[in-house]
Amino acid sequence: MNWGSASAFFEMGGYGLYVWGSYIACAVLMVLEPILAARRHARARRDAARLTEEES
Amino acid sequence: MNGRLTLFTFASPPRFYWLTGKLIPWLWAACIALTVAGLYVGFFVAPTDATQGEAYRVIYMHVPAAWMSMLLYLVMAFWAAIGWAFNARLASMVARAIAPTGAMFTFLALWTGAFWGKPTWGTWWVWDARLTSELILLFLYLGYMALVNAIDDTRRADQAGALLAVVGAVNVPIIYFSVKWWNTLHQGATISMTAAPKMAETMLTGMLLMTFACWAYAFAVVFMRTRAIIVEREQHTEWVSEMVRKQGAGA
Repeated sequence: MNWGSASAFFEMGGYGLYVWGSYIACAVLMVLEPILAARRHARARRDAARLTEEES
Repeated sequence: MNGRLTLFTFASPPRFYWLTGKLIPWLWAACIALTVAGLYVGFFVAPTDATQGEAYRVIYMHVPAAWMSMLLYLVMAFWAAIGWAFNARLASMVARAIAPTGAMFTFLALWTGAFWGKPTWGTWWVWDARLTSELILLFLYLGYMALVNAIDDTRRADQAGALLAVVGAVNVPIIYFSVKWWNTLHQGATISMTAAPKMAETMLTGMLLMTFACWAYAFAVVFMRTRAIIVEREQHTEWVSEMVRKQGAGA
């Protein structure tokens, strides 16, 4: 175990800003991207459903 | 799914759509499990670096993101070229679906690199061969996306994009070998096939777990986007209208 306490973990030996600044950016983008892809898929399916209704 | 399974079975959009729909939940499960394991090893098992202290822990995202940025570009160029050469629609759709994910990983490689460079080199950015060629990679992704979106004729857009992607692929070996060819501030390759790893085994384990997590992520999100593109392009076809009639617009 590397960290004596939670605050030591967040401090990262004085490099907290750099380590967490990296990981937070990764987390934000890697959560956002699948959400955007799912929304695009849902929109495409809605458009297709509307088109099917108009045709029938 | 009737008929014999062949190499081309899943080159048909409806089959690809069906198969990836089954795979995506498993890919997300693998991604989450690997991320938890990788971060646990990286933060709680791997020791502090002797020279860089805790700042080195950026490596567990930086190296996987940088690898993915280069690999995804080659995969994108490959499928774009296949789509162009063999007039394979699905290959072109996959190429388009890869671009945003590749651009995101390129951005993250640059971002995490900046957050690593500041404490270790004393600067967020330097015009060194590795960093500059990686920035060019980001512009290639963005250029590809802008180009295919700017042309209204879908197949012509695919072809123009393929040309750009294939020509731009020359940049990938330049990025990879930049630390050898030029005298760069950036360090050399983290691991190589020919030499024994120069890092602690637990550090390497954490990095590889995070790399596999990024692979699972990339497959999952690229499949999701490909499915969206398939429905967008094939909304006039019988199978799409039948599917949305049967399942509703959701799912």
